[in-house]
Amino acid sequence: MMLDWAALGIETAKLRGASYADARVMDTRQREIATKNGEVGNLLESESLGIGIRVIASGAWGFASTDRLTREGVQACAAQAINIAKASALAKRENVALAPEETYVDTWQNPFVKDPFRIPVERQIDLLLRADKEILAVKGVTLAEGSMSFRKIDQLFVSSTGSVIHQIKMQSGAGIAATSFGDSEIQKRSYPNSFGGQHALQGYELIESLDLVGNAPRIAEEAVALHSAAQCPEGTSTIILGGSQLGLQIHESIGHPIELDRVLGQEANFAGMSFLTLEKLRKLKYGSDIVNVVADARLEHGPGLGTFAYDDEGVPAQCTPIITNGLFTGYLSNRETAATIGETRSNGTMRTENWNRLPIIRMTNISINPGTWKYDDLIADTDDAILMETNRSWSIDDRRYQFQFSTEIGWEIKGGKKGRMIKNPSYSGITTEFWNSCDAICSREYWTLWGTPNCGKGQPMQTMGTGHGASPTRFRNIKVGVAFAK
Amino acid sequence: MLSSGALAENGARFTLAELQRIAGRVIALSQADETEIEIDSTTDALTRFANNTIHQNVADHTLSISVRAVVDGRTARATTNKTDDESLRRVVAAAATLARHQPENPDLLPMLGPQKYQKVARYFDATAAENPMDRARAVTRVCKMAEKKKQTAAGIFASGSHQSVLANSKGLFASHQYTDAEFSVTILEEKSSGWAKSGSPDIRDIHPDELAESASNKAIASRNPRVLEPGHYTAILEPSAVLDIVGSLFLDFSGTSILDKRSCLNDRMGKQLFGENVTLWDDVYHPYQLGSPYDGEGLPRQKILLVDRGVPKNLVYSRTTAKKMKAKPTGHGLPLPNEYGEAPMNLVFSGGDKSVEDMIRSTERGILVTRVWYIREVDPYEKILTGMTRDGTFLIENGRIAAGIRNFRFNQSVIEMLSNVEMLGPAVRAAGEESFEMVVPAMKVGNFHFSEVTKF
Repeated sequence: MMLDWAALGIETAKLRGASYADARVMDTRQREIATKNGEVGNLLESESLGIGIRVIASGAWGFASTDRLTREGVQACAAQAINIAKASALAKRENVALAPEETYVDTWQNPFVKDPFRIPVERQIDLLLRADKEILAVKGVTLAEGSMSFRKIDQLFVSSTGSVIHQIKMQSGAGIAATSFGDSEIQKRSYPNSFGGQHALQGYELIESLDLVGNAPRIAEEAVALHSAAQCPEGTSTIILGGSQLGLQIHESIGHPIELDRVLGQEANFAGMSFLTLEKLRKLKYGSDIVNVVADARLEHGPGLGTFAYDDEGVPAQCTPIITNGLFTGYLSNRETAATIGETRSNGTMRTENWNRLPIIRMTNISINPGTWKYDDLIADTDDAILMETNRSWSIDDRRYQFQFSTEIGWEIKGGKKGRMIKNPSYSGITTEFWNSCDAICSREYWTLWGTPNCGKGQPMQTMGTGHGASPTRFRNIKVGVAFAK
Repeated sequence: MLSSGALAENGARFTLAELQRIAGRVIALSQADETEIEIDSTTDALTRFANNTIHQNVADHTLSISVRAVVDGRTARATTNKTDDESLRRVVAAAATLARHQPENPDLLPMLGPQKYQKVARYFDATAAENPMDRARAVTRVCKMAEKKKQTAAGIFASGSHQSVLANSKGLFASHQYTDAEFSVTILEEKSSGWAKSGSPDIRDIHPDELAESASNKAIASRNPRVLEPGHYTAILEPSAVLDIVGSLFLDFSGTSILDKRSCLNDRMGKQLFGENVTLWDDVYHPYQLGSPYDGEGLPRQKILLVDRGVPKNLVYSRTTAKKMKAKPTGHGLPLPNEYGEAPMNLVFSGGDKSVEDMIRSTERGILVTRVWYIREVDPYEKILTGMTRDGTFLIENGRIAAGIRNFRFNQSVIEMLSNVEMLGPAVRAAGEESFEMVVPAMKVGNFHFSEVTKF
């Protein structure tokens, strides 16, 4: 049926004057579980099925979507997309042009071992409640939380140029957190990452690999211990960022500024623009010589939230060098923006949250390549620094120059040894100065492809999952402690 | 009148009566001890422009049928967007099955019976009738204005209509329909920008040309921005900036947040926390407010005094939280099951009588902030927030706007900010990007901490 609906949408759009049309039929299923202080909080299953039709008519874009999957409903949706395109043409400066792309007929599904929807929900709840119990057993903890989420996306892309692409993606994620209120402050520790834990294009095997219960006592004890830890000093310091924090640093200060729609001003009103104006391509020294970053949506990069076989305008997954030995070498593009800047082809980053949203340029897996350092050697090589782990807050300006991050926990590094705990760690800087201060990156064995499930962009707002491979990394002469400065 | 399932160009897919019929079908299909159903039918359209042209233009029609089942003292929820009988049976069964497979919930209360609701008028035919051509014509005017001034316009013009019903097997039935419209514009010059935004249920309240003119003037006034040293300054925050900062407080007034000890009000209720010129209500019935007159369980919403002359006085409670805290429920519960309990979603600050111009005239040296951006919580108890200024930040000297300045990062405790309010403007319906719309005034605030400066 998916193919029938999509084909009908395309045919109707063509009959009504579309010079190009594509349709996405998406059937999604989700399960969300949350626990708090030994009780089940949220417990939800949801499904959603519908079609989104994108057209070019009168040289301008239109998009409409519906969940009324009948002949009448799909035809009305296509007709509405055409009417919208004709309205867009009122404020047109030139006709939309797309970079060329081959047509594809293909089917793809990400590999996974255990279908999370076939795992009994009581087993999933029990795992979270056992972690809860371990957290609450630590004196001083005032709040224990756990969550799991699973999403299966069955989607069909059909274009007026002949592509028919069927993809099925299975996503899983889970995390736990311990919070302690005392001494007029709130301290929190999360595992394996904050804001929902780790997420990947995997099945339930991901959840089983995390050992949530085994890590629960540690984060609970750390949350309580933070009350008596030393405050992060204010000044300039060497810092070492843990892998998940570096992943978010990549997301905010590399992933977003390389989005070509931002660079070209299309996001100026909301998400903002970018300091990476076009003349900087292959000229800007983005980072130090050891910094190599790629945008890689291919499965061989790993099961990230930015992994797929084709993007949502039918372009195959690719690996694009973004920073090569410190030099800025690539943007994230779609077929329209690639044509605008004279590239011969899109590098395949158009993604949509669901059937009722227009695909827009999104990060895929934006990852820093592993370095050569063993973790213990990196610590031993560091005379005076602060090690910061697990994000607590993040903020960056609308052109992605100036940022400030804080993390849940830190440790002093003195004389090559990990020392006392530091609370309320924070650091700030200017993007290119920061990446040029990078002088050591840990090797492949410490590298994890972190999932960021909550990236917001676009109007109407879309939430998208992105992947960020990272390992612990050292930076010199970084401003620390500003967040708490009086 | 629309026929069942018919798709209007820009209107409701289902009438309220049709949604009520679907709700009745679902309740009849359910074998659970108790069944609750919420149905939302939404039609949204948004025209997006940048570089003085429309580059995205979208519409969507969505339906959500959300069923909550109670079985043996346990509850869970399942949601679908399919209306055929087989899908409705499946969603009912899914909710009941999920409910069964969890431990019993000792806090779960029986569903409510029929309730009486105060009427709110938030549906406007003019908004529901808005179409792509109307939006495109307004956007075209704005783009031409920008081009004429050698400026670049970017923004959105959006409108939508929504119908929802909430019903349960105990006979409760509630319905709400509303429309919304929003125009937001950024006007760019080579080294400066200005911004303006307005939202309303009634599209006739929105004036794109005036908003664009205001944004354009800000871009002109902030040309060639100066670099100012970071530090503590008197700040004049326009309503949008106030909204996006104080909006971070809403969950702190939830009874559950107090029980969970994650509210900044723990150990601070009844104490002089803010300045005496700060009074705060939650009031869904305020003429500038939005939202339904009932909460996630169908309980009527009450107007609650949250802060009285700087003293946090009251919290909001769902039925479950109220029982735990020996309080009365206030009609602020979130749909069950959930782990957050309740939230005041209709904050209304008391205002003053000073205009932004009055505030500028009274300021020897300070910063005028149009808009803030990327607000995140640095410290949840001291309520320190970080964020950036954006699209119109100005130096005030000797009672006048002296120059545009490069944007600042701030790290500022909201508690300290609301203790340092020197002047208040009239409370208005404010629209920002980081918080839902609320009724807030412009504020002149002493000793605001701008901690770092960016490069534009």
